[in-house]
Amino acid sequence: MTDRDHRIELLRQMLFIRRFEEKCAELYTQQKIRGFLHLYIGEEAVGVGVMQAILPEDAIVSTYREHGHALARGMSAGSIMAEMFGKQEGCSRGRGGSMHLFDAKLRFYGGNAVVGGGLPVAVGLALADKMQNRSSVTCSFFGDGAVAEGEFHECMNLASLWKLPVLFVCENNRYAMGTRLEFSHSVTDLTKKAGGYCVPAREVDGMDVLAVEDAAKSAAEFVHSGKGPFFLECRTYRFRAHSMYDPELYRDKAEVEEWKKRDPIPALIHRIEEDGGGLDVAGLEKRVAKEINDAIAFAEAGTWEPVQDLLRFVYSEKPA
Amino acid sequence: MTYRDAVREALRKALRSDGRVFLMGEDVGRYGGCYAVSKGLLAEFGPERIRDTPLSESAFVGAGVGAALGGMRPIVEIMTVNFSLLALDQILNNAATLLHMSGGQFNVPLVIRMATGGGRQLAAQHSHSLEGWYAHIPGLKVLTPATLEDAHGMLLAALEDPDPVLIFENALLYNMDGELPESAGAVDIAHASVRRQGRDISVITYGMSLWKSLEAARVLAEKGIETEVVDLRTLRPLDDRTLVDSISRTHRALIVDEGWRSGGISAELSARLTEQAFYELDAPVQRLCGAEVPMPYAAHMEQAAIPQVATIMASVEGMVRSHG
Repeated sequence: MTDRDHRIELLRQMLFIRRFEEKCAELYTQQKIRGFLHLYIGEEAVGVGVMQAILPEDAIVSTYREHGHALARGMSAGSIMAEMFGKQEGCSRGRGGSMHLFDAKLRFYGGNAVVGGGLPVAVGLALADKMQNRSSVTCSFFGDGAVAEGEFHECMNLASLWKLPVLFVCENNRYAMGTRLEFSHSVTDLTKKAGGYCVPAREVDGMDVLAVEDAAKSAAEFVHSGKGPFFLECRTYRFRAHSMYDPELYRDKAEVEEWKKRDPIPALIHRIEEDGGGLDVAGLEKRVAKEINDAIAFAEAGTWEPVQDLLRFVYSEKPA
Repeated sequence: MTYRDAVREALRKALRSDGRVFLMGEDVGRYGGCYAVSKGLLAEFGPERIRDTPLSESAFVGAGVGAALGGMRPIVEIMTVNFSLLALDQILNNAATLLHMSGGQFNVPLVIRMATGGGRQLAAQHSHSLEGWYAHIPGLKVLTPATLEDAHGMLLAALEDPDPVLIFENALLYNMDGELPESAGAVDIAHASVRRQGRDISVITYGMSLWKSLEAARVLAEKGIETEVVDLRTLRPLDDRTLVDSISRTHRALIVDEGWRSGGISAELSARLTEQAFYELDAPVQRLCGAEVPMPYAAHMEQAAIPQVATIMASVEGMVRSHG
């Protein structure tokens, strides 16, 4: 794949996530999707950029704002949409919903909806890989809010102490739900926290997918080399509300508009066009729209799990 | 051999026979385990498989969840049940929940062992019996071995289980002497066990209270009261059948539990017996539980807060004599 083709592919993925989630918001107002719905709009460059550094044998532990991670990992849009519709064709059979997307084949260990709760699991997955002499990396996504949780600090210490192959990816979107960074953290430069655990760290512009990809690749390379964990802070911004219930009383519209000027999608389009060779954005949009419509059709055609199955998946079922 | 030795022997067997098994927790290695359960294992199996952890309950219990997902068979030791509360997020929101949330894709074959119970003057942050709380949680199995055979065999059975299993070892039992047959292996973890037969009343209990109940039954027999003693062994899932069968023979039930009464496992047991065997009962189900107070330090106060042989005997006699 040429450099140009690769960039177009990154664009396609970001665009797909953007349009997919815009549809999700629409479907939410139509009550096709219920529960909590946390959109990733604005943050696409992080998930898409980081995922370029993650290999098929690697593991991913994500958060409740994980549609973008799941799509970038290659989970089928249909199975994700069906999950949000609550259908049994969904990636978690409709037992999880938007916040709990899982895919065993892709080593996608879920959307975890307790802030910081996925980090210990990521550490354990990395421990299992290390103990079994596998060279995989576990990529743990979390937000700036999680950095205030005890589990973050326990996990940075443990992963560093045991030199575990964890790529800690902090998606710093500046708000823990509605509480701005300055109101949550005594030290707002989050990379400094990693220093306390001797975990190498760097920050990257999370609105620039190429910069994220670059940073993630060198971070993952470090982790792959067996030297221990790495902390990558991606500075980003969520354009939409925290969830569909959020009236956004805690931030100025002007601030949002300012960040929208740094939207990673137009930025990448601009760069590709600048480099010459033309770019058929309309054609791309059309393909993306069709795939999303297919995903919605798949979800619509999905079926409800029979209520008599309610008590399944509490304990493992014996193989028949 | 002691109860402690029986647990250690099971750990050793598991570590020898399955390369995926490892033990981690606070002071399990160099110190030898805070109750000396894992003494000697570090020398035998090395620091990769006998892992001392920092004091980070949430991180190392959650790491157990992750390691189990990653194909290992971790055994996590938590010093005492009160400390397990620091890891409750990982136990409830992850270990017990992942299989379901993932629509059956990710089971968590994790074993967590911890000490429980009072009676050692360790006061209100080291002495509670919270196993009943854990029995509230779908997705977990909760084991309370009272005998050497169970201490040993339940751990082996737990390791064969595809789902998270919590084992509560009453700390007063660690020094208990007994025999473990050469052939001892994994035991059934689905059933309660009638430890003493009797026709007058069923005492339903588990853990340390089992031995107090058996002693009470022995003395009561001299007074002409024949007490049946049922060891629950497993608090989740509960074996309703064995309990109902027992009270169908004795027609009276006393539940003895070190845990608090309100909303506890004793309440659950009482409700089940009433729901399922109401017409077998000659008297209301009674409960003898831990006093509803944080555990006091002073010995006489602590003893008064926990069911004892004398109070079990008094309860049984009261029930048998007044409802003759």
